[in-house]
Parts: sequence; C-alpha cells; structure tokens
Amino acid sequence: MKKLRTDLQIIYDWIPSGARVLDLGCGDGHLLTSLQQRNVTGYGLEIDNSQIAGCIESKVNVIQADLDLGLPQFSNQSFDFVILSQTLQAVKRPDFLLDEIIRVGKQAIIGFPNFGHWQCRKQLVFGGQMPISKTLPDSWFNNSNIHLCTIKDFEKLAANKNVTILKRSILNHSHKDSLGIKLAPNLLGEIALYQIKKSTV
Amino acid sequence: MPDSIPVDSVGLVSPQFIHIDTPLSLESGRMLLQYDLVYETYGELNIQASNAVLICHALSGDHHAAGYHSLEDKRAGWWDNLIGPGKAIDTNLFFVVSLNNLGGCQGSTGPTSINPNTQKPYGPDFPIITVVDWVNSQAVLADKLGIRQWAAIVGGSLGGMQAIQWAISLPDRIRHALIIAAASKLSAQNIAFNEVARTAIKGDPDFHDGHYAEHNTAPRKGLGLARMIGHITYLSDEAMGKKFGRDLRHDSLNYDYDVEFQVESYLRYQSEIFAEHFDANTYLLMTKALDYFDPAKHFNDNLAETFAEIKAKCLVISFTTDWRFSPERSHDIVNALLSANKSVTYAEIEATQGHDAFLLPISRYHQIVGTYMKRIISEEES
Repeated sequence: MKKLRTDLQIIYDWIPSGARVLDLGCGDGHLLTSLQQRNVTGYGLEIDNSQIAGCIESKVNVIQADLDLGLPQFSNQSFDFVILSQTLQAVKRPDFLLDEIIRVGKQAIIGFPNFGHWQCRKQLVFGGQMPISKTLPDSWFNNSNIHLCTIKDFEKLAANKNVTILKRSILNHSHKDSLGIKLAPNLLGEIALYQIKKSTV
Repeated sequence: MPDSIPVDSVGLVSPQFIHIDTPLSLESGRMLLQYDLVYETYGELNIQASNAVLICHALSGDHHAAGYHSLEDKRAGWWDNLIGPGKAIDTNLFFVVSLNNLGGCQGSTGPTSINPNTQKPYGPDFPIITVVDWVNSQAVLADKLGIRQWAAIVGGSLGGMQAIQWAISLPDRIRHALIIAAASKLSAQNIAFNEVARTAIKGDPDFHDGHYAEHNTAPRKGLGLARMIGHITYLSDEAMGKKFGRDLRHDSLNYDYDVEFQVESYLRYQSEIFAEHFDANTYLLMTKALDYFDPAKHFNDNLAETFAEIKAKCLVISFTTDWRFSPERSHDIVNALLSANKSVTYAEIEATQGHDAFLLPISRYHQIVGTYMKRIISEEES
C-alpha cells in the first residue's frame, strides 16, 4: 500500500471504520483505496478524464462529475463523511459547494492550502508576485486555484454558514504540526484541515 | 478480407445453433412454443464457469461480434475492436458469448422464420419481443451452456438496456453490468424518431401489411429511409461535418434534384446496403422493443426502487456528443444506482462521433472497459 500524504493520513485517521463516505475530487482514488481496508465504503467524484481508470484499477466506485454543479444526485445526510481535500479553492463557488457538502454529509472534512501562509504573504508583499510554493506549485495563469483563501477567510465563511468546526489541524511545509503553528496558524500553516458539521439550530 | 488474420483477432469463428423446445412466455402474454438461437463464442469457459461474458446487441446487430467467418469475409464482427485476445474484453481471460436476439433476422427465430403452424414465414404475425423476453431467452441459453452466473453482461444502446434488465430480473446471475450509451427508458423524442422509421417502412407500397415475403418482395425503400433517419441520429453534427462537410459529388452544382453532396450519396448507399440484408419486420420489432423498455413502470416510475434488488456492480459509460442516448440518460441510471446504494462507476467519454461512438475504437473508452474487465478478474482471484 502506497504511503499516504500527511494531510490525507490525517483525514484517514479522522474517518471511523465502517463509515460511508463521499470523496469529492478523489483523484486516482488512493484515499478511498486505503480506507477500504477499514471497511469504509462509498464513492469518489472526479472530473479529470485521466484519473478515472486509476480509480477503476483500485476498485474505487468513481463517478465522473463536475463539482461546480453541486451534488444533486445525493440526498440529504446520506453520507457519514464528505471529504473535500485540496479542491475547495478550485471550484467556481466554494460557498455553494460548502452548502451542498453539509447538506449531503452528516459530517465533512475540508482541507485546503492556506493562502495566509507567511511565504505567500512574503512573495506577494516583497516580490510583488502571486506566490508559488510546494503546495501551490503552478503560476497564476495556469493553475486551477481560482478561489484561494486563508484560514481566517474559511473560518469566517464557516461562521456565516452555520457550520460547526469539530476539529482543526494545521500543517506546515513539511506537513507537520508544531508549537509555532498553534500560536500563529494563519501565518505558519501551509495546509488547513477541518472536520465540520452543520450547526443544529 | 484481411491478408492474414490479425494476432489480436479471435480468428475464424463459426456460428452455432441451439433449438429450444421449452415454451417461452412473452411479456405481451403470447407464447413462443419453440425457437432457435444462433450464437458465437470466443475464448474458453473455465472449469468453474465463472469467466463468461454475454454481449448484447443493439437494434441492427447480431451474433457475429468478433472475428471472421471466412478468409473471404470483408469485415470482422461488429465489436471486433473491443473483443479479442489482449483487447479490452480479453478472450484470453473471458469466455465471450454473443447471440442474435429473438425476433432478429440473422439466424435466431424471428419474422423471417417459418411458422411451424402455417409452414409460411411468420412475417408480421411474429410476436413482439421485449427486452424482458430477450433476457429470459438469454438465460435459457446460459443454462444450456452451463453458465449459472455471468461475470459480466456488456451492451451498448439497446444492448445496454438488456444488461440493465438482467441486473434487475436475475440479480444472482450477473456479477457486473457494463451499460454503455444506454437509457432506462426512451424519451418522447426517441420514440418519435422510431415512429418516423416505422411510418417509412409501413408506407412502402411493397410492405403488404408485413406479408411482403409472400409477395416475393420487400419494402426496401421504406426500410432504407428508416435506416437513413436512424443513421443521422446516431452521428453528431460535428462528426458528419468532419466526414463530409459540404463536399460535392461532382465538380460543380447541377441545379437539379439528384445527389449533389457527398453526404447524400453516403446516406443513400448505406441505406440501400442495409435494406438488402435486413428484414423490415425485424426492424419494426426492434424499434418497438426500444419503445417499450421502461423497467421503472412496475415500480411507480421510481428507478432507484427498480434497482433495489440489483446485486451486480455496474459500469455506466456515456459519450459527450451522443444526443440519441445522451449523457443525461446515463446520469438517470447512475443517480438511481447511487440512491439505491449500489456499486457503480461512471465515465463520460469525450467523443465527437455521437451515439455511434460506442462501436468505435476510442482509446480512453477502451481503456476504461479494459481496466474494468481486469478488475473483474482480480476480484475473482481475491
């Protein structure tokens, strides 16, 4: 079994055995493949033509679909977890997708690159250019990240959407947690992970 | 004919016949007391009989899906690009069965067969056969071949409808359904196209209410016109544009009512050839089978409920420019399978060729099917 990237390993650890999950933007399905060992079932959604065969090879049930259209094919609260890893920033309306995610999932896990990281700020403030980093490796003109946000931005949106944050994990460039990150997450965190659910009114 | 048989071809194949004298109760309430089925097989059935794949044909298909009947054969079987040693449906791994459906005109009992009661061809008196009836007759063939459960049932268009019906009707006898360019029911527009085709056939003065064989004739003009209409709907605007554009048949325009453009010439030629070797009553029957297919009608039009008992894992495939069986119709199937919490995979293939794409060697399409078929083998082994 291929070793999971650190952020995916955290998601893996957050999902309980036997859960029913929906992985949005599942790529070649490696997270779902790993989760199959823990009897986690469900589906992956992926738009990229080149990834579908990889999912099939890994015995992942993949549905080729465009997340910008929402999740109309799924009924309310039909999954234990909806996972959105490193994809929030690439959709047309992250707010709309977030609505859909908490409609369909009893809980959700959202992971995204933090645009508030100090290196991003440095490149923008001192270099005067859109940042390029390990987490955001492409240039402004050819990347699919059309809605980058910071940890602060996301938490503000979550508050507006009546989303309850159950857990948060912020990782630095080596995908590790540290004391510094605990003190200044929006400055030192490169990747943010949230476990959320719809607030009960 | 090929100069030599290609290495990835199943090679020379011979159709086989089986006579069934167990009566078949039809969905229409009528009964077929006895019938023949013609079929071909490619590859070897393993000892456990667990590697059998059924190929279901569409409107004008037949049992000859792969290989050549003789070295003089001009063309290989209709799905030869998909079926063969090392191909997506690998005959080194699978035992592939392909039959001509009941009501067909290529060897299985149908309107051109002799009615044992009258000693004359059935013609229009041949009972209407539905997708449900085909599944029941295919199950009889499976019994005869010693196949209790199909590893997979594969079909495109009307063939995909048979794969769906198998999964619903006989859930224990199918492990995987490959549902390609299909629909869970025809739209009004689709039924309308079929009705135009039927009107063309029935309006031919040589139709004789379907008894044309007794008059030693056939409604070739009507059948050709029906095929022409069908053919246009199987292609996309883009595909036709690419193939013909506004190319002229001759160097300049003649300003008369004869053929001016290449596309006209092509359509006429194709439809004439088709009308020579296909039976008009079979064409009528096949279009009716398409129209009637609607498994959800027994489940309050709720497709997810219709799929509740399905055990087969499903691979659904659609093609972006297919407007006769559009991706939206595949979405209907996928969404219902998702609602019913079934194992389903869906791929939408970018293709310019319209509905016809399911018959063509499009690399990403074949890669998806091939990868899925290998997954079936690896599931069998684990």
